[in-house]
Amino acid sequence: MSKVTYIEQDGKSHTIDIQNGLTVMEGAIQNNIPGIDADCGGSMACATCHVYVKEEWFNKIPKKEDGEEDMLDMAFEPNKFSRLSCQITVTDDLDGLIVQLPSKQA
Amino acid sequence: MIKTDALIIGAGPTGLFTAHQLKLIGLDCEIVDNLDKIGGQCIELYPDKPIYDIPAIPECTGEELTNNLINQLKPFDIKFHLSERVEEVKKIDENWEVKTNKGTIFLTPNIIIAGGVGSFEPRKFAPKECEKYEDKSIFYSIKDKTIFSGKTVSIFGGGDSALDWAVELSSKSKVNLVHRRDEFRGAKSTLDKVYELEKAGKINLFTKYQLKTVKGDGNLKSIDIQHDNKDLKTLDTDFVLGFFGLIMQLGPIANWGLNIDKKTITVDTEKFETNQKGIYAVGDICSYPGKLKLILSGFHEGALAARACFKLARPNEKYRFEFTTSSKTIKNRLGVKGD
Repeated sequence: MSKVTYIEQDGKSHTIDIQNGLTVMEGAIQNNIPGIDADCGGSMACATCHVYVKEEWFNKIPKKEDGEEDMLDMAFEPNKFSRLSCQITVTDDLDGLIVQLPSKQA
Repeated sequence: MIKTDALIIGAGPTGLFTAHQLKLIGLDCEIVDNLDKIGGQCIELYPDKPIYDIPAIPECTGEELTNNLINQLKPFDIKFHLSERVEEVKKIDENWEVKTNKGTIFLTPNIIIAGGVGSFEPRKFAPKECEKYEDKSIFYSIKDKTIFSGKTVSIFGGGDSALDWAVELSSKSKVNLVHRRDEFRGAKSTLDKVYELEKAGKINLFTKYQLKTVKGDGNLKSIDIQHDNKDLKTLDTDFVLGFFGLIMQLGPIANWGLNIDKKTITVDTEKFETNQKGIYAVGDICSYPGKLKLILSGFHEGALAARACFKLARPNEKYRFEFTTSSKTIKNRLGVKGD
C-alpha cells in the first residue's frame, strides 16, 4: 500500500491508500476521486486521466513512453508536469505521491 | 420511418458482431454511428495498434479486426447510418421510436446500445470564449475549404490532421501552425513539407505555444498564444482550426432513463437488458458484476442480447438454437451451400 494524494482545482485534497501494482488512475476510479474520467480504461488512448504531478515527484516517476507524450497533446491544458495517471504504477518508491487534477478532462 | 427488428447503436466490433448474430437468427437490423466510418474505437483510437487477445487471432490491428468483422457481415444486407447520432427515445405501444440528429426515425422493439464509451465528439479549445466563434471562425473539422482562401488561418495541433491542413491551406491562405511542443506526431513526409514551407515563408510555425484567448467583436480578429515560459504573442487571424482528436461522450443516452453507474449502463447477464424492456447494452458501455472491458466479452454479450431480441421481434415464434455447422436455415441465410 502506498499513499497518493489527489488535489482538485479548488484545493480540495484526497489522500488514499492504493495497493502497489495498481495505477494512479485505477486508484482514483476505485475511490471515486472526482476529475479523473479514464474513458479508454487505461489503454493510453484518450488522455482523460490527465494529472499534473507535483514538481518534487515528477522526476521520481518512470519516464513517459512516446505514446504517452502523443496522447498528452490531446489533454486539456497540459504543462511540463503533465502525465497520464494510467501510466503511473504505484510502488513503494511513490509512497506519498501528490498529483493535481486539471480543471477538466476534455 | 424505418421499421426494423433491432436497432444497434455503435458500429464498433461489438455492434458489428451483434449484427451478425441477429442476422444469423433471422432478424433484421440497422446500425447508427456518430463517426463517419465503421469500426468505433478500433478504427478511431488504435487502427495501427496490435491486439493480442482476440480468440483464434494471435495478432491483428484495430483496422484488420474491423475489416474482418465487415467481411463477416458480407452475406447480409445491413444498413449503416454513419455520422448520425441518436437523440431521443420514446416508447410507443410495444415499440421504441428512436430519432437521430439528422431526423431519421426508427421504430423497433429492440435497441442494442453498443456505444463503447459514448459517441465521439471533437476535443475543443480550453478558453471559454471560443464557444462564441464556433462554426463561424473556429472549426474542429473542415467542410468547405474555399472559405479560407486569401485569409489568415491559425491551425492548432501536432498530428496528421493539423499538418495535412497546414500544408493544404498554405497555397491559398496565410497559415500559422501552433503546437504545444517541438515534436509532431504526424507523418514524417508531411512534417518535412511543413518545415520546407516554413523556410519558404508559407507557414509560420509556433511551437511550445498554446491558445490563451481569442479576441474579436462578433468577428474573430486575433488570438493570444502563450509560450511554455509564459510569454504572450498576439496573432491577427480570421480563422482558427483545432485538431486535438476526438473525445468520447455518453451524450443523449444519459437522458434515456437507464440505470447508469460511472458512465456505464447496468444490465443483467442473461439478456444484457437494461432497466428498460427491449433496451440492451453490450460491450464496453455495459456493466455487471465481473464485467471485463474486452472485445471478446462484447461478442458474448452481443450474442446473448441478439437471442433476447428474438422474443420481442417475433412474439409468436419460438427461438430454436442452431449451429452454423449443421443448420440448413443458417446456411441459406449465409448464402452458402449445405452438404
